[in-house]
Amino acid sequence: MELIEAIILAVLAASTPLLIAATGELVTERSGVLNLGVEGMMIVGAACGFAGAWLTGSVFVGALFGIVAGTMMSLIFALMALGLAVNQVATGLALTILGVGLSGLIGAGFVGERITPAVHLAVPGLTDIPLVGRVLFGEDAFVYFSIALVIGVWWFLYRTRAGLILRACGDNHVSAHALGYPVLRIRTFAVMFGGACAGLAGAYLPLAYTPFFIPGMTAGRGWIALALVVFSSWRPGRLVIGAYLFGAVTILQLHAQGWGIGIPSQFMSALPYLATVIVLVLLSRARSGGSTAPAALGTVFVPDR
Amino acid sequence: MQAHQRMLDSTPDGLNSSEPPLLRTIGLTKRYGDFLANDDIDIDIRPGEIHALLGENGAGKSTLVKAIYGLIQPSAGEICWQGRPVVLSGPSEARSLGIGMVFQHFSLFDNLTVAENVALGLDGKESFKEMSARLEQVSKLYGLPLDPKREVWQLSVGQRQRIEIVRALMQDPKFLILDEPTAVLTPQEADQLFIVLERLKAEGRAVLYISHKLEEVKRLCDTATILRGGRKIETCNPRRETAASLARMMVGGDIKEVKAASGRKTTVPRLVVNDLSLVPAEAHGVRLEHISFELKGGEILGIAGVAGNGQDELFAALSGERLSKDPGTVVIEGIAAGHLSITQRRKLGAAFVPEERLGHGTAPRMKLSENALLTGHAASGMVHHGFIDTAATLKTVDRATEAFDVRKAKRDPEAASLSGGNLQKFIVGREILRNPAVLVVSQPTWGVDAGAAAVIRQALLDLATAGAAVLVTSQDLDELAEIADRIAVMFHGKLSAPLATREASREKLGLLMGGSSLEPKEAVHAVGP
Repeated sequence: MELIEAIILAVLAASTPLLIAATGELVTERSGVLNLGVEGMMIVGAACGFAGAWLTGSVFVGALFGIVAGTMMSLIFALMALGLAVNQVATGLALTILGVGLSGLIGAGFVGERITPAVHLAVPGLTDIPLVGRVLFGEDAFVYFSIALVIGVWWFLYRTRAGLILRACGDNHVSAHALGYPVLRIRTFAVMFGGACAGLAGAYLPLAYTPFFIPGMTAGRGWIALALVVFSSWRPGRLVIGAYLFGAVTILQLHAQGWGIGIPSQFMSALPYLATVIVLVLLSRARSGGSTAPAALGTVFVPDR
Repeated sequence: MQAHQRMLDSTPDGLNSSEPPLLRTIGLTKRYGDFLANDDIDIDIRPGEIHALLGENGAGKSTLVKAIYGLIQPSAGEICWQGRPVVLSGPSEARSLGIGMVFQHFSLFDNLTVAENVALGLDGKESFKEMSARLEQVSKLYGLPLDPKREVWQLSVGQRQRIEIVRALMQDPKFLILDEPTAVLTPQEADQLFIVLERLKAEGRAVLYISHKLEEVKRLCDTATILRGGRKIETCNPRRETAASLARMMVGGDIKEVKAASGRKTTVPRLVVNDLSLVPAEAHGVRLEHISFELKGGEILGIAGVAGNGQDELFAALSGERLSKDPGTVVIEGIAAGHLSITQRRKLGAAFVPEERLGHGTAPRMKLSENALLTGHAASGMVHHGFIDTAATLKTVDRATEAFDVRKAKRDPEAASLSGGNLQKFIVGREILRNPAVLVVSQPTWGVDAGAAAVIRQALLDLATAGAAVLVTSQDLDELAEIADRIAVMFHGKLSAPLATREASREKLGLLMGGSSLEPKEAVHAVGP
């Protein structure tokens, strides 16, 4: 019983940064922009988030620092890829390289320091319910926020006019421009939202996952978030399934390795990727006809005037 | 709000004896670098008139309407709406004045539903539900049925245009611009559109109708303004002109008439397609179903049909861009070729001219000589032991230039620097000079000026006379009537049985293009001369 509860808690903790970063990138890509710099924005968010929390002693301020840092990083991308119409793939890759270097520089003074990690919710009576109590009522604020974020993004994309316009920009920027929508401005906001989410997801790691900062601590989570967006066919609902599935298999295979099953550990480590790919591919095959990717994804748009 | 005020103010003037024009441009000029796309254009649009804007490609029609719709800013000159000068900073401002636009290349979103597409074209002051209800109302009122929940990629071209028109009508425009609306329609769909336009006219709205189909303009329009090379040539009553006189004003001279050699002899079958079926390679592609035809030497077979009914897929299957598992589905010069690559098919004597000139027919940033090499390397002796014979490639360019009157700035420019008509003449010339046994050509004169179109059609006729088999895919029924011996129609990936051109009336072809089968009801007019 204790073990199951511990596993579920670990799964939620492992999945939350993926979910936050991927939700941001989903909005960016739905507007037609492919920002491959998620890993870079995350790692800068992690360094700045830790710095903020260490300097002020507040996890909340740390999270804000992470959000601002991720947004600033995404603005560099927006300036290059949208303002100057530079190739988006190259710009995104460069952003990741920049982010890794920058985070090392910012975080250098903080390596070895510790902070008090984010507090977990405690509701008298409810949190003590066996099995589900701590899972439902004993999480930190990041976990609750991430779920609200996905629901909010779904609502925005499918139930608001602004969301419709954003999807329209991602489907056909020429038409959107012809109808008089400011394609580049809309895309800039989408990129900034993606940056803010990536920064927050990065900040989650030193603020809640481990209470200290080490260089390179995102460890490829930005790339996994990018892959989740693709495999979820750019739909928020499937993104949740993908992120939690990935987190679950990651934790389970760790435990399984501990039980001494006779399967090479390298294969076990690859399982989360394999399982996520297979499930999401099966899901996206279920829909017949129609393309799933935003049609204008990754294409450069220069309005003629 | 301010715009609204202006409209109210101008009403008293409107009651005077001579009504002021709804829209007037004075000396409208648009400059792109050194190039004058619009040069000092004056045009008056009055309420309740259908005004044609005529001109060849590149005459400046699209530039003019983009300026009127606020999509581009004029470099000089002014636009007056109901007698008052206005500056339109964007389409939403034009829409708020009462100007609506239906684009030639639709401004639709394939992966969104009909209702969402319409919502995006409106200013969003009403809820989605109210908008949907109004959509249903307007589409019923004008006889333009639409299913608001369908995604656009599932719809035919005619249905897509309906979305554009309904979207424009829902803004209750005083002035509606239509950019080449019938270019993609079957004759029957075009007739339905004309009924809608007549109705708009009766309601006192003005319509600006861009076209280069002269008969249509004579039938429908009250006034015509003719543009050539960015300048206004004339404003006239098209009903008092002949098609020939209008054409002369558009082109600025007489067009050479295309002449078929009398008594062409058909010989052996050179291109045979047997029961060709193919699943599409792309999302939203068309599945080819059981296509069969036989094409003899000396014969031109035309394939008509609305774009997007499988013509591109058929071209890919014939040219070898898509291979079929069964070699016998495509037979070139008696040899089963369905499994052969593009180069192998070329070596059998086939030649291919795709629809898209830049990117498919040529590599845009490469020189003409390099482009000639790319399609001719296997069969024309331009490569020796793996090395390019530059002199031979240049000679090919020179021969094509001379034979087809390709006009270019230097001997061997980049493909992208040529105008559409000249590049098309070069591409067709490059293939014809190889003396192909079979020529498959898609949309040979799409977006080409009338002079170049005549040259290309004549070349296709001459090639057939010389004994080659020619397959022409075109959306232009007049073109097929002019050069084809037989015409078949493509619809939803199926090909109808070919009709002899003299029996293929516009009505019959239109029915086939709309997916109906031919009933024994006899048709009235023939297409051709």
